[in-house]
Amino acid sequence: MVIVGAGECGGRAALALRDLGYEGPVTLVGDEPHLPYERPPLSKEAMASETPEIRAITSDELLAEKSIRHLRSVRAAGIDRTAHVVRLSDGASLSYDKLLLATGSTPRKLPMPGLGSRCVYLRTFADALAIRAHLRAGSRIAIVGGGFIGLELAASARKLGASVTVIEAQPRILMRGVPVEIAGIVHDAHEAEGVKILAGQGITAIADDSAEVRVTLADGKDIVADLSVIGIGAVPVTTLAAEAGLTIDNGIAVDAELRTSDPDVFAAGDCCSFPLAVYGGRRVRLEAWRNAQEQGALAARNMLGAGEAHAAVPWFWSDQYGLSLQIAGLSDEGRGIVRRDLGEGAFILFHLAEDGRLVAASGIGPGNTVARDIRLAEMLIGKRAKPAPEALGSPDVKLKALLAA
Amino acid sequence: MNDWVEACAAEEIDEEDVMRFDHGGRTFAIYRSPDDEFFATDGLCTHEKIHLADGLVMDDIIECPKHNGRFNYKTGAAKGAPACVNLKTYPVKVDAGKVLVQIG
Ligand SMILES: Cc1cc2nc3c(=O)[nH]c(=O)nc-3n(C[C@H](O)[C@H](O)[C@H](O)COP(=O)(O)OP(=O)(O)OC[C@H]3O[C@@H](n4cnc5c(N)ncnc54)[C@H](O)[C@@H]3O)c2cc1C
Ligand code: FES
Repeated sequence: MVIVGAGECGGRAALALRDLGYEGPVTLVGDEPHLPYERPPLSKEAMASETPEIRAITSDELLAEKSIRHLRSVRAAGIDRTAHVVRLSDGASLSYDKLLLATGSTPRKLPMPGLGSRCVYLRTFADALAIRAHLRAGSRIAIVGGGFIGLELAASARKLGASVTVIEAQPRILMRGVPVEIAGIVHDAHEAEGVKILAGQGITAIADDSAEVRVTLADGKDIVADLSVIGIGAVPVTTLAAEAGLTIDNGIAVDAELRTSDPDVFAAGDCCSFPLAVYGGRRVRLEAWRNAQEQGALAARNMLGAGEAHAAVPWFWSDQYGLSLQIAGLSDEGRGIVRRDLGEGAFILFHLAEDGRLVAASGIGPGNTVARDIRLAEMLIGKRAKPAPEALGSPDVKLKALLAA
Repeated sequence: MNDWVEACAAEEIDEEDVMRFDHGGRTFAIYRSPDDEFFATDGLCTHEKIHLADGLVMDDIIECPKHNGRFNYKTGAAKGAPACVNLKTYPVKVDAGKVLVQIG
C-alpha cells in the first residue's frame, strides 16, 4: 500500500490500515519535512503563542511500532499505472497494489504581478512560522480575503497587538457557505476587536518593495503593510493525478467508495471530489479537517476491499476570539431557515429543503455553546429527517428527542 | 486523599447526559448513563483541554464538543480521532440522592 501526501488524510489512512489489521508494507510519502500534522491550529490562537509548536497526529515511535514507512521531504513525481509504480523525486520508485492520493489542496494564488517576500500564503507550518515572525504590537498586517483562514489569522494577529486590515472583494465576509446572519456576528466581533474590514473592495495592484507592501484597492486607496497574507481560497492538488491520466473534475474525481477512474487508485481529503450521498449524490469537494480524517479512514477500509460507500455529513468549525462557529451539512441546499436561540447570544440556523427535510445547520456562539445541537442536527441530517419547524425553533424541545422520534 | 466529594444531586443530571463539576482547582465531568449509572472522568478533553461537559453523550461514549474526539466515559478509553490519549476516570457512588466522586 502506498499513500501519497502525509497530511491529515494520508496520516489517518496509514494508521487506519494497521488498525484494520493489514500486515503488508505501508509507505507514506510526504513532501513536507514533518510528521503528519494538524493544520487548523496554524491560523488559530496557537499561532499567537511565543513559539508555536507543530501538532503532529502521530509520533515516530508509533509509526515505527506500526511498521509504517514514512518518507519525508520526498515528492511523488509520477505514476505508472500499468506497472503499478510511483516514481519519487529522489529517483527511487515504489510499487503498489493499491495507491491512495491524499495530496490535499494549496492556496489559490493571486494572479497579479508585484508579489514579493512580504506577500505570503498560509498552508504549512513553515508558512505559519514565517507569518508569526511579523506579528507583534504595532506591525501592520493586510489580509487579502475574508474567508475562514484570513479571519482566524486576523483574530490571532490582533491578540498580539498587530494592526489588521481585511480586504474582501465580495460584498461581505464569509460569502461562501456561511449565512449572512452568522457572517454578521463574525464581522461585528472583528470590528469590536479593532480589525478594519473593507468588504466589497477588489484589489487592483499589489507592490512589494521588500521593506513594505502596498495594496491598491479598487477605489484607488492604498493600504500599506509590513506583511500581506493572501487567503483567497484553495485549489486541489491534482497535477500528479492528471498527468497519470486520472479523471479530474474540480479535484480528483472519485466514486462513492473513493476510487478514482483507476480501480487500484483511491483519492481522499481536500484533493478529491466525490458524490455526497446525503444530497442525492451531488458532486462536491470539501476542504474540511474532519472530512480528511473520515475519508482517510474510509479509503483505508476500501483499499482493503470493504466496498463501503461514503455516507458522512459534512462538518466544519472555525474559532475566532471567544466565538466558535460550526456548520453541519451544506447550507446552500436549504430554501428556508428556522432559528433556535440558545442563550448567551448563541444561536443555530436550521436550513430546510423545500420538502421540509433538514439539510444543514449553522451555529455560532461563545465557547462550545452550539456544539451539542449541531452534532445532533448532523445526525438528523444524516437520517434525512423532516423535523417540525416549530420543534427546531423551540430551545425547550431537545433535539435528542427529535432524533429518537 | 481517599475522600469522597459531593458533586451534585443525582436528579440534576438527565439520563445519557453529562455535567461539569469543579473542585479544588480541578475540573471533572460527571455522567449518567442510559441505564442510570453514574461515572466520572477528568473534565477536559485530552486533545485540546476543552470542557467535555459541553459534549454529547451517546450510550457509553462522550463526544468532545470541539472536534468530536470520542471517549468511553466508563473506562476513559480514547475511541476516535483526534483523541488518542485516554481520559482519567474516578470512582463514583450515589448516596441518599447525592453523587459522590472519589477524586484522590
Ligand atoms: C490554516 C488552516 C486552518 C484550517 N482550519 C480549519 C478548521 O478550523 N476547520 C476545518 O474543518 N478545517 C480547517 N482547515 C482545513 C484542513 O486543515 C484540511 O481540510 C485538511 O488539512 C486536509 O487534509 P488533507 O490530508 O486532505 O490535505 P493536506 O493537509 O493539505 O495534506 C496534503 C499533504 O500532501 C502533500 N503533497 C501534495 N502533493 C504531494 C506529492 N506529489 N508528493 C508528496 N506529498 C505531496 C502536501 O504537501 C501536504 O503535506 C484549515 C486549513 C488551514 C491551512
Ligand atoms: S479538543 Fe476534544 S477533540 Fe479536540
